[in-house]
Amino acid sequence: MPDARERILGRLRAVKPHAFTPSDFSIVETKTWSPAARLERLRTAMAAVRTEFLDAAAHDWPETVRAFLVAQGARNVAYGPATEAGRLLAAACTRAGAPALVPYDRPVEDLKATLFDDVDAGFTAVRCAIADTGTLVLWPSPEEPRLLSLVPPLHVALLSAATIRDTLLSVLRDEGWAKGLPPNVVLVSGPSKTADIEQTLAYGVHGPKRLVVVVI
Amino acid sequence: MSAETGSADFHASSSKALLDPSLRANFRRAMDGLMAKRAAQFPDPAEWEALRSLAASIRARTLAKLPELLDALETRCAANGIRVHWAETTDDANEIVLGILRARGATRLVKGKSMVSEEMHLNDFLEKNGVESLESDLGEYIIQLDGETPSHIIMPAIHKSRQQIARLFGEKIRGAEYTEDVDALTATARRVLRRKFFEAEAGVSGVNIAVAETGTLVLVENEGNGRMSTHVPPVHIALMGIEKVVEKLEDVAPILTVLTRSATGQPVSTYLNLISGPRGPGEKDGPGEVHLVILDNGRSRIFADQEVAATLRCIRCGACMNYCPVYTRVGGHAYEAVYPGPIGSILTPQTEGLAKRHDLPHASSLCHACVEVCPVKIPITQILVTLRKESAHASPEFLVKGAGGGRDRLEDLAWWGWRMAHVSPLLYKAMSLGLRVFGPLLKGGAGPLKAWTQARTMPRRAPRTLHDLASEKGLPDA
Repeated sequence: MPDARERILGRLRAVKPHAFTPSDFSIVETKTWSPAARLERLRTAMAAVRTEFLDAAAHDWPETVRAFLVAQGARNVAYGPATEAGRLLAAACTRAGAPALVPYDRPVEDLKATLFDDVDAGFTAVRCAIADTGTLVLWPSPEEPRLLSLVPPLHVALLSAATIRDTLLSVLRDEGWAKGLPPNVVLVSGPSKTADIEQTLAYGVHGPKRLVVVVI
Repeated sequence: MSAETGSADFHASSSKALLDPSLRANFRRAMDGLMAKRAAQFPDPAEWEALRSLAASIRARTLAKLPELLDALETRCAANGIRVHWAETTDDANEIVLGILRARGATRLVKGKSMVSEEMHLNDFLEKNGVESLESDLGEYIIQLDGETPSHIIMPAIHKSRQQIARLFGEKIRGAEYTEDVDALTATARRVLRRKFFEAEAGVSGVNIAVAETGTLVLVENEGNGRMSTHVPPVHIALMGIEKVVEKLEDVAPILTVLTRSATGQPVSTYLNLISGPRGPGEKDGPGEVHLVILDNGRSRIFADQEVAATLRCIRCGACMNYCPVYTRVGGHAYEAVYPGPIGSILTPQTEGLAKRHDLPHASSLCHACVEVCPVKIPITQILVTLRKESAHASPEFLVKGAGGGRDRLEDLAWWGWRMAHVSPLLYKAMSLGLRVFGPLLKGGAGPLKAWTQARTMPRRAPRTLHDLASEKGLPDA
């Protein structure tokens, strides 16, 4: 007896193929901005959904982040210690008065309680960003796990302005995503939000309550 | 829900809904808001037309290549480590989910929003089998707490006011005080559900788009509960209908932009979660297992009928219901179906059969608003009319389940009489004479005109017939 798969596909294959016309992507392809306009557009779009921005220089951003975390009263920050950005942040947070470092260097099973109950901030880098919609592309990896940008109430994301592209379409084409993707890629356009009660916007429902983008 | 047990009656349930002023106020306010936000997202009619043509072409291409795309999706997913399961019916899909949970001894499950899981009535099924299945989308959480079903596919709790939600939380959640403050209500849900995400042994989600080219499951959300449900528990089970696949990764971009703009008037959702496999080598988090359940539940039958197959282009944005004058007035529950509004009125009769749901193709004034806002150009009104036709007649070329099931002998007889009177001059004259003699006896509000005149004025009869006027002018009688 054929199984469910064979029966479903058999029924679909028994039908004369439906007609279709080729897709014309030009309406999406023609959206482009100058590099300066891209950053401006990204900031405007993300600020409209309550994303906060910190400006920093390429050499002193770890200090900017450290000072910001201290000013916000963050007791600690979770980060990926094996990443370049993680190492630089850790170096800035070794002095007295800096938030404690919570390296995400072991399986979540050994860190889950800390992560859910005791971490104030999570730090990640941003792979690239999308000007069109004001979106950060996060690329979780063994060195920078998925939950860093999800579980702590404050997410600090390091964005290099030079990596901002025009649209989602241009990013996935230019980077060749169709050749294969890692187990998880997340695009983030603001802090967690909901409008499920009377369409009233409320922030910080399940994911981070605040998203802070450090632009270098 | 009566849709489960016998034939449902939209007429009766909509009449009841119309008498509920708070329900009507809640929907009116919400739909006005959603329409305004959507309209602001498409200020340029030329861009809108180009975008929806592109999105429609992508979805039409999916249907043209559906069997091969599903085959490719399965192959790519398997290569990525995602286990693919096929289910012909919702019962089969429920058993597959339960089997996965039982094999791991999982009894606590968190769910992201999934309309396919609503089709399956998965929560009820799992509860009966000793599994706690908790909705984590705020709207879904609210209605689950109140033992209700969604009244809108995007905004499931839109029929409730904040006062009703405040009372519900105060009664059902330990430690929650009555408050009408939306931020405070949201914070309460966050507190409760964080614990649940932490403890959950499995997570269930829907799938907005599945990409055949890369074996990727695309999830669109704002709250972060979808990411919590798919990344924190050790097992992730994704549920999708067979039509949710697209051919290429780049097809995702145009679909997403029309989806979020049409659904909630947002240029983009807060999160776009692309899942292409379980926890990878060296990864510190993510589920060890990812399962994909591909459900048919009548879709292959819709696919076989070219007259109605465009139903399967739907990307579940909900714009058709936001703009529907019928939906806005009666609300989602009156449809007694998982998918309400215009899309539900064409989908439900096809999956459940016209014998059971011949009422739904009539739950429309055919005003065309749904067609104008549909981002994938589904000819909803045309399909509604097709379904009305197929409901009243059984014919070998009608493929819709239960065709002829809405047939009414009395209605047939009335139309037969009407036709005969109009093809036979003698009968026509007899009818004219009869109306002239007995017409004045017909009163509005009583007898055969009672139902008609309840919401309409009594038709006025002309003092003289067209025949009389014509013969007066000297026109020869046929």
